[in-house]
Amino acid sequence: MLKRVHFPASPLPYLLVAPQIIVTLVFFIWPASQALYQSLLVEDAFGLSSEFVWFENFTLLAQDEQYLSTFWRTAVFSSLVAFISMSIALILAGFAERVIKGATTYRTLLIWPYAVAPVLAGALWVFMFNPTLGIFPYFLDIIGIKWNHYLNGGQAMGLVIAAAAWKQIAYNFLFYLAAMQSIPRSIIEAAAIDGAGPIRRFWTQTLPLVSPTTFFLVVINIVYAFFETFGIIHVVTQGGPANATTILVYKVFNDGFVGLDLGGSAAQSVILMVIVILMTVVQFRYVEKKVEY
Amino acid sequence: MVENRPFLTVITHIVLVMGVAMIALPIWITFVAASHDEIRMLQAPIPLMPGSHFADNLKQTLFGAGLSGDQTPVWRMLLNSLAMALMISVGKIAISIISAFAIVYFKFPFRMGFFWMIFITLMLPVEVRILPTFEVVANLGLLNSYWGLSIPLIASATATFMFRQVFLTIPDEMLESARIDGAGPMRFFWDILLPLSRTNIAALFVILFIYGWNQYLWPLLITTDTDMTTIVMSIKQMLESAEQSPQWNVIMMTALLAMLPPILVVIGMQKLFVQGLTETDK
Repeated sequence: MLKRVHFPASPLPYLLVAPQIIVTLVFFIWPASQALYQSLLVEDAFGLSSEFVWFENFTLLAQDEQYLSTFWRTAVFSSLVAFISMSIALILAGFAERVIKGATTYRTLLIWPYAVAPVLAGALWVFMFNPTLGIFPYFLDIIGIKWNHYLNGGQAMGLVIAAAAWKQIAYNFLFYLAAMQSIPRSIIEAAAIDGAGPIRRFWTQTLPLVSPTTFFLVVINIVYAFFETFGIIHVVTQGGPANATTILVYKVFNDGFVGLDLGGSAAQSVILMVIVILMTVVQFRYVEKKVEY
Repeated sequence: MVENRPFLTVITHIVLVMGVAMIALPIWITFVAASHDEIRMLQAPIPLMPGSHFADNLKQTLFGAGLSGDQTPVWRMLLNSLAMALMISVGKIAISIISAFAIVYFKFPFRMGFFWMIFITLMLPVEVRILPTFEVVANLGLLNSYWGLSIPLIASATATFMFRQVFLTIPDEMLESARIDGAGPMRFFWDILLPLSRTNIAALFVILFIYGWNQYLWPLLITTDTDMTTIVMSIKQMLESAEQSPQWNVIMMTALLAMLPPILVVIGMQKLFVQGLTETDK
């Protein structure tokens, strides 16, 4: 942690950490503690008076059918996003790893969506699926499916998941490819000599050997689906139709900035904070140690 | 390759080409939409092959009024985005590298306290403290300013950890010999640490530039003045106005312009990008 050889004590190190610490205190720790405090208050709609109510906001949330279904929906949404984008990335990486000539070209062509902002990813997909103009509704209509994600909650959810998963494939692909390339050739060759075909080798060698990466990616993808997909949802569905695509982060934003329910929104923020803390702990405790078989 | 299987090689390329096509399809459709005129883009089915109006659309989007008269021109939004992205990435790198330097090379009271304080920021993404952070920024009078757009986002635990990691791999003998030669702490920082972490800084910059450019929720909250609109934000407003008067050619051209800078950064600096991604996240 600290260098064996270091500089003598002086005021200098305080000056060096000061900018980071000031930003942290003013924009992170103070607002977070405000959120904690506000979550214990009930404020009237004009912000004129507030009353200290202990955990009433939380008990209200726990009884709120809508909040509980948002929780469940967020869980389904994030696991589907993680599963879809990770499986596609795994398959593509498995094949890309075999390519000798043109491997970097494929990599270049597959990683750039990482640079696309979530809200733009949403805009591209919503354009492709525009009910009157979009190219997909046109073809879906030919096979007899009426597409309108402004009316159909299931279709809206599907569209949001597709956009979110599409954007994340690049990231997962990069990590899977790196993990596969670091598997020692001798292991794969030994299996080949023993007569295991490519598919068998993929299941019994590659997949278990990249499991630390899988575990790491599960955590990263769930964090992504929880927090970074706000832009996608905001631009594609705005949480609708009838809340069919409202996830936790979107609800915090909506209740706080649109509904102006400060106490309730703060209580939801606190719950999200607990979720982030749990995920960070999982990431640091288990990912660092690496899952191995 | 372990063994020669021509059939599998063919399958491999087919799957990969399909993957690339699937990944590229949304961009292709955007590009095609940006290359037709307004009227063609109102007839279903929309075209799948590029048209001949790309240059016109580009000119209209960049310098014309964009969608309607009262909108901020797109070049101004691009400039706002660039300023925000640069301030966030440079700010994060600057404050993280000096705090990592202090934590690794000095022994002082509360050293670990500061370290943990920085660590906590990892657990507090903007999304969980939206309202109170907004209040702080409003009280400081930073709404609708570049400072308000960037400073609240520049604390970075990951960057600090990364620099700490880099400094820990630099041999102690470097410091010993620098001190024998009479170099003070800042001299050591400028002449030895900074040059030695040059590639790490570059890799981090690539990642942070993309992160800064792609910010959405935060600018959405703190900019009410249309002159401060960033390009990424503008898409949402354009799509909303598209419900009345759809000008898909202009909207999709704007989307294309908004995506282009970070995509160019990823493709142009691929090696640094990959290094930055794996270093900051693991």
